Amino acid sequence: MAKNENESSEDHVEPEELDAECAAQVREELGDDAIVEMLRKMVLIRRFEEHAGRSYQRRKIRGFCHLYSGQEAVAVGSLKAAGDDDYIIGHYRDHGHALAAGMEPNVVMAELFGKAPGCAGGKGGSMHLYDVERNFMGGWGIVGGQIPLGAGLAFALNYRGDEAACLAYLGDGAIHQGVVHEALNMASLWELPLVTIVENNQYAMGTAVERVSSTTALEKKADSHQIYSEVVDGQDLFQVYDAVRRARKRAIEDDEPSWLHVQTYRYYGHSMTDPAPYRGKDEVNQQRDLRDPIVRLREWIIAEDIVTQDEIDAIDDEMEALVKESIEFADSSDFPDLSELTTNVYIDWPAEID
Amino acid sequence: MREIAFRQALNEALAEEMKRDEDVFLIGEEVAEYNGAYKVSKGLLDEFGARRVIDTPITEAGFAGIGIGAAMAGLRPVVEMMTFNFAILALDQIINHAAKARYMSDGQLSVPLVVRGAGGAGGSLAAQHSQSLEAQYAHAPGLKVMMPATPKDAKGMLKTAIRDPDPVIFIESEVLYGLNGEVPEEEYLIPVGKADKKREGDDCTVISWSRALHFAIQGADKVAEDDGVEVDLIDLRTVRPFDRDMVAESVKRTNRVVVVEEGWPFASVGASISEWVSRELFDWLDAPVERVHQRDVPMPYAFNLETASLPSADRIADAIRRACYIEV
Repeated sequence: MAKNENESSEDHVEPEELDAECAAQVREELGDDAIVEMLRKMVLIRRFEEHAGRSYQRRKIRGFCHLYSGQEAVAVGSLKAAGDDDYIIGHYRDHGHALAAGMEPNVVMAELFGKAPGCAGGKGGSMHLYDVERNFMGGWGIVGGQIPLGAGLAFALNYRGDEAACLAYLGDGAIHQGVVHEALNMASLWELPLVTIVENNQYAMGTAVERVSSTTALEKKADSHQIYSEVVDGQDLFQVYDAVRRARKRAIEDDEPSWLHVQTYRYYGHSMTDPAPYRGKDEVNQQRDLRDPIVRLREWIIAEDIVTQDEIDAIDDEMEALVKESIEFADSSDFPDLSELTTNVYIDWPAEID
Repeated sequence: MREIAFRQALNEALAEEMKRDEDVFLIGEEVAEYNGAYKVSKGLLDEFGARRVIDTPITEAGFAGIGIGAAMAGLRPVVEMMTFNFAILALDQIINHAAKARYMSDGQLSVPLVVRGAGGAGGSLAAQHSQSLEAQYAHAPGLKVMMPATPKDAKGMLKTAIRDPDPVIFIESEVLYGLNGEVPEEEYLIPVGKADKKREGDDCTVISWSRALHFAIQGADKVAEDDGVEVDLIDLRTVRPFDRDMVAESVKRTNRVVVVEEGWPFASVGASISEWVSRELFDWLDAPVERVHQRDVPMPYAFNLETASLPSADRIADAIRRACYIEV
């Protein structure tokens, strides 16, 4: 199997360099081990999604399955900036966030397979991953609906006087929903520690952002709410980390929410049933060749002599093995017992559930 | 026993629960400085401050979602909807988010939330402000729906709703806010899912809740006087889950049932209860289940048409007579 099938279509095209100044500053702050760890997570997500896609084709995973490949730096960079007490909430393209937040590939894959050891006992599936002990408050399936919830989590932090923030993810398709703006208005009014991370992967399902947005400068969408915003290169791990680190600091120290317009790209269609006929192959290849977040990070890491090519290859092998193990784990696990059908609807219910 | 108004009973419930539990707060339109559109939250801002009594912009979906998120973080929000007509805007947040959180996360998330406010017909408010929408919520697994008919129940039920670990939709009839009734001074709680017998009789079971209960009481008085029919009158109080035990015990005795509700007939709470009675208690029934409900039209403004649309003592009395095979 071509290990790096998703990273590059041509061998000799030079990808864009990462922002050197930002990279140096993050390196100074976090150290080399942390950077290698982030690379490992990004590779883990890339491999995880490849196998999830294949398992979908084998009908082991069903329903809606939205792959995160191409967007890895957003989840990994932003969650590296998160504090232990921060809440994390997001959309249904959530495998990457779950893994970046530290959830085990086994429990995430088992959930995709609808198996009992899945993080939600098989009741949630691909779109509804949760790990509340890690403050990972899920994976929500109604476009934009998670943003008021994120504002509510941020409200609770404020109410209790906790020194933490809520990171709330949404896509470019969600930014036009009324509830998003209702939540932004209240977040601004009440100075909630809410960091909204707009993952602009250029398409809301099959609709290009310029076809549905009054401006493609999505950072401006928060202006009327008097919320701080900025544009972030979502394919540059360090810029994502740095923008979220600063946004989090603003949220906690200055009681100021943020709206980050993170420019990224998804390699697969909207979901597994979308062959993405609305965009050319050239566009996808160009993104892979020039902007791939893993390739760009790898090039930088090698140029900086942080690890060798051999060590990078070893990471690939290790992550591939980890994901394969998760597939085996998910495949060999049991489906939930039928008695689970009626559990956790309520804490208690006076009658037998019909 | 002292008598207080329905709205004051609700106010006491809020104040007591906020005093008892620092995590309880009230959020909604006009709840703080204006003291509530229906004065349910009167004085609470003064007593508890702006941190816990929070005025919102007019964004039902947005502040419902903030309540749900805060509940997911362990707080106990009481979200006031000025009326449930406006809460339709928040149905996505309530049904797609609040009602699903526990199940989708397989028990990791809890949403100890109360969404409360005015429901039903107010009086000459026309179609968009006169709706009984409990069926919207009672339809969805994950939600509980409570609808008190008396000041005493309003207080005891709201306190229970606030303490419930799952989302509770708490609908208060707009025209009952001024109703006076006996309310104990000492603390009491009224459990979820327990109905109340308002009148004992062996001839016909009448099942109702919220404002329609008061029409049913008048209907029962009428048939007692005119026809000597003794009604076993049940106030469901909680419509989901409803008190199957009390309904079954009564129907097995009376063998006749009338279900009275303020709202529309199709796909309604009354329809579901009638279906349950017809199926589960078929062998005990001596007559088809009768129903009284709002006529199947949007609420008109004209005073005479509005009255003609709502259930009435006369219509309920006739339904009881039909159930008892007394010529109408």
